[in-house]
Amino acid sequence: MYKYKQSIGGRIFDVFNVIIITAITFICLYPMVHVLMASLSSPSMLMKHEGLLLWPQGFHGAAYKAVLDNPDIYTGYMNTLVYVFAGTAVNVALTVVAAYVLSRKKFPFRNFFNFIVVLTMFVNGGMVPTYLTVKNVGLIDSRLALILPTAISAYNVILMRTYMSSIPAALEESARIDGASHFRVLLSVIFPLCKPIFAVITLYYAVGNWNSWFNAMIYLNDRAKYPLQLFLREILILNETNSLMNANDSGIEQIQISENIKYATIIVSTVPILCIYPFLQKFFVKGVMIGAVKE
Amino acid sequence: MQLRKNKTSGKSDLVRAMKKNYELYLLFLPVLAYYIIFCYVPMSGIVLAFKDFSAVKGIWGSPWIGFEHFKMFFSGPNFVRTLVNTLRISIVSLVVDFPAPIIFALLLNELRLRRYKRVVQTISYMPHFISLVVAVGLILNFVQRDGVINDIIALFGGERIAFMSEPKYFTPVYVLSGVWQEVGWSSIIYLAAIAGVSADLYEAAAIDGAGRFRQLINVTLPSIMPTIIILFIMRVGNIMSVGYEKIILMSNDLILDKSEVISSYVYRIAFGSAPNYGYSTAVNLFNIIINVTLLVTTNYICGKLGDTSLW
Repeated sequence: MYKYKQSIGGRIFDVFNVIIITAITFICLYPMVHVLMASLSSPSMLMKHEGLLLWPQGFHGAAYKAVLDNPDIYTGYMNTLVYVFAGTAVNVALTVVAAYVLSRKKFPFRNFFNFIVVLTMFVNGGMVPTYLTVKNVGLIDSRLALILPTAISAYNVILMRTYMSSIPAALEESARIDGASHFRVLLSVIFPLCKPIFAVITLYYAVGNWNSWFNAMIYLNDRAKYPLQLFLREILILNETNSLMNANDSGIEQIQISENIKYATIIVSTVPILCIYPFLQKFFVKGVMIGAVKE
Repeated sequence: MQLRKNKTSGKSDLVRAMKKNYELYLLFLPVLAYYIIFCYVPMSGIVLAFKDFSAVKGIWGSPWIGFEHFKMFFSGPNFVRTLVNTLRISIVSLVVDFPAPIIFALLLNELRLRRYKRVVQTISYMPHFISLVVAVGLILNFVQRDGVINDIIALFGGERIAFMSEPKYFTPVYVLSGVWQEVGWSSIIYLAAIAGVSADLYEAAAIDGAGRFRQLINVTLPSIMPTIIILFIMRVGNIMSVGYEKIILMSNDLILDKSEVISSYVYRIAFGSAPNYGYSTAVNLFNIIINVTLLVTTNYICGKLGDTSLW
């Protein structure tokens, strides 16, 4: 930035700007602060408290104990890790392959293959036909139901295809002349050049798999296979905290601590992500840019 | 030196070209299998919209009933209700959610404290990384009767509001929480556009006596206008597709009147208490047709405006 004389108006503008931005930042940050402080507060004092919560009211760790003792949270975490790792592996493998094939300049049926992929971005069977298909191939109540039906996102294929298309064709041609197979070209020539977009797409898929709950809700009945998000829905949205509480507590105490349990559940399930994302932020930002260029 | 090709040699050219690239087909095979099984087989299931589905007979064995489901949808009360809800939520989102990140990006760009700017950006992305289930859990908690929002209303002497039991509050809660979730994240694209504005323009404006605010209005804003217009048109193209996930998570029976959009209605009739697969598919097909029409139209408009188009 270049220097220029600062007028009084400019200074007032600066002051207001800092105030507004700080207010917006506070609104973005506050909910998680509230949840953290509430989760550590004593249940009875939390009930009485009104207004913003910037410090724990009293101190009470029982909610965390209840959450960590809850087998559902543990099961959910483990299942989600499986879905995120296995699902993302399938996602990126198929996406890389699809993008490679679709970004080759000339071969018979190239346009037809492209059409097959792009069309699905606009038309889909919808909930019922998809559900019936998953049922017919026998995936209901199988862990694969959360991996296979969402194995490829056409949008990510297009992102990667665009990136691969920008790699000079001469690289592929010279490798082909030297006798390399397409498989070899993909692995040794194209893939190493795609690492930035590969990182972006891996993260996109991983976040999608982590957040996903809807398919699990309609495809799974067996609670042992539920991902974390489905248990979170029960606890946070359907208000089913009973299984988490000590049956010996009296009614009022139960109601009071159930709020704390919700807060502690949010912290336990979300803080790991919130600690990781600032370090991965640049990849996500890059993804938004690449997507924008495409648009 | 090339000989004139006849039909047969044309065919063998194709075969030769395919043979030469056989590995590509081999590589594409699993991808093709995925698309056939999980995209095109369900797409063929759209015929359900014209059938009276019975689980025993399956999709193909069930009897045809023509446009009965569509007649039922268009003549019933749910058509107008879900259509109006979809449009209301979309349009209010367009008016509120859409400008918010633009304003945020413009303000952020004027922030001179570099370090602080980076911190603000990172924090503003945070809600985007909270999973939808947890985000909705937070929203419901904050708007409940003794939640933080009501505490603040009470602090200023207002009446406590039961946000989630009165239908009229659904749209504001849905849209404003959407701002909280996405304002930082959506500003990235505008910040990138702003970063591309030439410094010469600002210098020229400053020499002409334009102050900071004038520069913001007369230089920055017009420079990022193409980006704004493209993104706006795309939003308009999606006006009939309100995502069902957040709606389903946030809604309850008391407010269904104002909260149910077409896509969440499709879900409720398929997986609710009295499932009707054929009817659900028909309503969904109606939605798809409108969405595709809108997308094609908006893409055409984008193409006319410049060489930027969606595909």
